[in-house]
Amino acid sequence: MNRRHFLGLAGAATATAVAGTANAAAGHSFEGYPNSYGVLFDASRCIGCRQCEMGCNTINSKNVTEPWTTLPQKDAKVFEDLKGMNATNRTDATMYTLVNKYEPQALGGKEPVFKKMQCMHCKEPACASACFVKAFTKQPEGGVTYNGSVCVGCRYCMVACPWDVPTYEYKKLVPYVQKCHMCHPHIKSGVAKLPACVSACPMEALTWGKRTDLLKEAWKRIGNVPGKYLPHVYGEREMGGTNWMYISNVPFAQIGLREDLGTTPAPQLTSSALGLVPLVACLWPVLLGGIWQITKWKDKRAEDEKQKAVAEAIAHERAKAGK
Amino acid sequence: MSPKTYLQFAKEHPILSLIFVVGVVVTINRFLVGGLAATTNLDDNNPWGIWISFDLLCGVALAAGGYTTTAAGLIFNIKGFRTAIKPAILTAFLGYAFVVYALLYDVGQPWRLPYPVFWSPGTSSVLFEVGLCVMLYVTVLMIEWMPNFTDWVGWQKISHIIHKCTIPLTVMGVVLSTMHQSSLGMLYLIAPHKMHPLWYTYQLPLQFFVSSMFAGMSMVIFEGTISHHYLHSRMSPEYNRDHDGILFSFAKACSIVMLGYFAMKIMAIAGEDKWGYIFHGKYGLMWLTEMFGFVLLPAFLYAVGYRNKHTGTIKVAATLAVLGIVFNRFNVSWFGFNVHLPESARYTPSLQEIIVSVFVVTLIILCFRFISKYMAIFSDHPAYKGHH
Repeated sequence: MNRRHFLGLAGAATATAVAGTANAAAGHSFEGYPNSYGVLFDASRCIGCRQCEMGCNTINSKNVTEPWTTLPQKDAKVFEDLKGMNATNRTDATMYTLVNKYEPQALGGKEPVFKKMQCMHCKEPACASACFVKAFTKQPEGGVTYNGSVCVGCRYCMVACPWDVPTYEYKKLVPYVQKCHMCHPHIKSGVAKLPACVSACPMEALTWGKRTDLLKEAWKRIGNVPGKYLPHVYGEREMGGTNWMYISNVPFAQIGLREDLGTTPAPQLTSSALGLVPLVACLWPVLLGGIWQITKWKDKRAEDEKQKAVAEAIAHERAKAGK
Repeated sequence: MSPKTYLQFAKEHPILSLIFVVGVVVTINRFLVGGLAATTNLDDNNPWGIWISFDLLCGVALAAGGYTTTAAGLIFNIKGFRTAIKPAILTAFLGYAFVVYALLYDVGQPWRLPYPVFWSPGTSSVLFEVGLCVMLYVTVLMIEWMPNFTDWVGWQKISHIIHKCTIPLTVMGVVLSTMHQSSLGMLYLIAPHKMHPLWYTYQLPLQFFVSSMFAGMSMVIFEGTISHHYLHSRMSPEYNRDHDGILFSFAKACSIVMLGYFAMKIMAIAGEDKWGYIFHGKYGLMWLTEMFGFVLLPAFLYAVGYRNKHTGTIKVAATLAVLGIVFNRFNVSWFGFNVHLPESARYTPSLQEIIVSVFVVTLIILCFRFISKYMAIFSDHPAYKGHH
């Protein structure tokens, strides 16, 4: 067998193995932490007052414990500006959350609908699965937290996140990733009882509670007034489910929530391929070592046969000459 | 050397000196003055730019000549390949060493680069595998390259010890290359929602690995031609004699691997039924250009060049194949990435980012030139006459 033939076979074997483990991985199930908390956002209730943004900035610029959970304190006047709101802004390194303003087609393109954006706190976060220093932790309480003390700044979390949530302090010489932690450190230390944005909301557009209860509440609201909401709780199953969920009176795609993400949890996208790594590490050395031995034997044998033939020819000639 | 000699050198090589000066200025700006914000066009939506697309993805693929050549010459024991091994190892070593160097520019806290391996390993991450493999492979390549240095300075005992480990080192090199070449493709598996469907497939790891084979071999031909032109006087008669033979062997191998790769790419489209995208819009056109202009055409030219024993055709094919790999890696990580963003939010590299990439390539060439000038890369060291 020559080298290319062999590589071809190896390729085919790898392909079969990929298909095989992909099926095996489909049996995976993680229901999420059973008693985890989350937030339900109701788009029909939000009036775009930006109080949640202000609450977030206040708590996270004052109760700072680590350099990477620091937000620069902003003047309250910043959050009074309701004219600059639009559909395309996203969070940056100075904020964990942001309210966008949409004018969805579903309401004739004139009436505004608002949506608060922050980390979705996936049950199985893409960022945590992508991070090569384990800087992200899915807390049993529900939030996804970030530990800057190990962060190298590769920004693979930002590549991996389907909602474009993590942001980076590009302007700093010692930069960190920034993203909403669902006020996990503040609740742990007793500074807050629930996320600051939830307590700041005057419209009860945000509801804090156990994820299972929130799902019940969401479906209750959907069922109570037929036709008001779309029959879909965004985050119930998206990317394997999230702890931050949305219900809306207009299609989610029209308020900037992608509906094409599917229900596969992010870690599953790479786990089957990663599972092949040990296979390669075990199989290749044995195969290559074997091939090396075979080529060595083959060369030696060819050499031996050549020498034997030469010796025989000489002996033959000698015998002839001696006759 | 006195400052005067440096000035003399600068006068003789004005472009090189300019690149060097500008490169150093940008380096200072990146690490000490402005940081990533002042040097790059990276932003929250586009965390990875040309330093990942070109320096990392293309750099690693094009340095694959190290494992392909050593496998052919030492494991498969193909006659006439012995002379190609030393230049290939040198190129791969420099290639990988500078991939790591270029990464220092890109990551936010470069002094923490050893963290994933030694401090807080995130084993569920594909990037962890890439990092670990690249780190180990740079070490393997350094050991494989070391005899050139130890012979040069006369520490032949070390060379002898390393020579004894040649086969295990070579096997390790192939294993590590298989793993990280494929895991560079695996990196993108986690972002199906951001990539164009023509490039996203669960076969990306396999495609990256197979394409790295012909990328490496094409690069050996490509730079072998350049070395032959500029370093001819440094080459021993044996090295000059073997040159064409290696060229033809690699041309034939490339032709076959590229045809296989073409079939794999088509199979991925067929298996996931993405035919509709091929004849649709800008991305369809780019995919067709990549597949027909930079895979099928060079595969065909390689075959013709091999049959007619025409080195010119093969060199054209090698150039096309190298450009094709760059185009492919750009399509996966840059042009075909973040396609859900509006055009205005997409990424274009800044001038300073490009300067760093050019600077890094220049440093590789300078190191290659220096080492092949003073050490026995294109010839056998006098101590080993008749050794092999």
